[in-house]
Amino acid sequence: MPTLTRMFSFTAAWTLGLVWIFPLLYAFWAAFHPAEYATRFDLFAPLTLEHFVTAWQQAPFMRYMFNTVMITGLILVFQLILCTLAGYALARMPFKGRSLIFALVLLQLMIVPEILIVENYRTLAKLELIDTWLGVGLPYMASAFGIFLLRQTFKTVPQELEDAARLEGCTWLGVLWKVYVPLAKPTYLAYGLVSVSHHWNNFLWPLVVTNTINSRPLTVGMAIFGAPESGVDWPVICAGTLIAIGPLLIVFLIFQRRFLQSFMHAGLK
Amino acid sequence: MNRLNQLYAWLMLLPALVLLLAFTHIPALTTLWHSLFFPARGRRPSEFAGLENYRSMLDDAVFWQAFYNNLWYAIGTVPTSMGLALAMALWVNSKISGRAALRLAYFTPTMLPMIAVANIWLFFYTPEIGLFNKLLNSVGLSGINWLGDPNWALPSLMLMTIWKEAGFFMIFYLAALQSLNKDIYAAAAVENASPLYVFRRITLPLLMPTTLFVLVNAVLNAFKLVDHLFILTKGGPNNATNLLLYYIYENAFSFFDSNYAAALTLVLLTLLILLALVQFLLIERRVHYR
Repeated sequence: MPTLTRMFSFTAAWTLGLVWIFPLLYAFWAAFHPAEYATRFDLFAPLTLEHFVTAWQQAPFMRYMFNTVMITGLILVFQLILCTLAGYALARMPFKGRSLIFALVLLQLMIVPEILIVENYRTLAKLELIDTWLGVGLPYMASAFGIFLLRQTFKTVPQELEDAARLEGCTWLGVLWKVYVPLAKPTYLAYGLVSVSHHWNNFLWPLVVTNTINSRPLTVGMAIFGAPESGVDWPVICAGTLIAIGPLLIVFLIFQRRFLQSFMHAGLK
Repeated sequence: MNRLNQLYAWLMLLPALVLLLAFTHIPALTTLWHSLFFPARGRRPSEFAGLENYRSMLDDAVFWQAFYNNLWYAIGTVPTSMGLALAMALWVNSKISGRAALRLAYFTPTMLPMIAVANIWLFFYTPEIGLFNKLLNSVGLSGINWLGDPNWALPSLMLMTIWKEAGFFMIFYLAALQSLNKDIYAAAAVENASPLYVFRRITLPLLMPTTLFVLVNAVLNAFKLVDHLFILTKGGPNNATNLLLYYIYENAFSFFDSNYAAALTLVLLTLLILLALVQFLLIERRVHYR
């Protein structure tokens, strides 16, 4: 009886797993085979790279990718700096109004910038940052999630370590840099991976604030590329999609354990 | 010295605080302000409208449709993807063969951008040559116009969303399962408790905080994630798949009525703040077994 249950459980788990991975495998199948095999499975269908060539010629993928890398990088660097400073102040520095400030920070976990596209667009227009990398990144740089995560981590650092460093003559910033930041490395890694994968995939806000290929990221480029009006063939769309998700997918497959641990680490807090 | 420390603390907070206020708190307030005006048309500056935008919202059939669509969308996607997520987490956490590969398969959709995923699924749903209809035809059923039929369009979106989200929620359950105390399970084994009993009486209650956390995030996602609409349906056919945030986008950037969009945004904000309150009250009160 237990073996029967186990068999059933095994079959169900793997059926679900195959269904879950199927769309991606299918995209690979369609992209690497001639168009007439798009819905016909044949183990001996000839392989081809023509769809990738066509896709590459029809959209400026290099430029999109460059924009995405710059935007994600810009966001990450600022997030790490701003959240470290704010997280430390909220974790270890006594000042008046701390709990109020913390509540304001937590509020952003609910009211995410995605929802405020209308007003944030107005703000960006006033700052003349429409269609720039900085414009795409600005609303995300002070991340409530990052501040919260780092605050929780800093709080677990023993106070004695800080006191010892202070006795040695370290300043506030010195303590932060030499004691807290090194001890929070796993959190930084976890947060960094979650942040990069989120902003690499982000779409709505970049769609709103970008107008040209000067700042347009991959996701927005992909949406334009894949639009039915553009009259692009299905396998070509698949190839384009694979080009666009390729870099992140490869990094994910290589470091998948790290990614999963990071998401779990970030989710536990 | 104490004064100086206070100053340091504020200086460290300042950059983050300025950006938080500028892109979250202040816009939330100006949303309210702008929702009280008519849009500027041509040379005419925008006029004070009072609650007129809200009154027209009550009469706006599309708003109500988007509102109810969004509720159905949340009801249709959240419980199913959470149930699947829990099952996935339990499987991946057990001694099943090939569990690393299985975990990868479940999690991969989460790593892909919604736009890319929608591009792939668009082809599955295509009426003439799409994969789903080919499958239906091969077992002798007639095909369905998945995205073109108002009755099928929203469920089709739900199906894809469940697929996209389940692996993400699995992560939270998996993290919780791995942090559970092993002693309780040893005790249950001594008592010869059946697996089902252990699951119902031990695992499920201990996972309660996680379930609530995932629930709130899942509902939040159901309201803030509309990327796939841009590829799959654009809110159609005849608004059958329009969702609140997409309707806000349409009003602001296609119909150029940012004031009405502001009024809609305020409705969405209110919904999310209510959700936050529910979460706060429930999490603080009831669900802690630790």
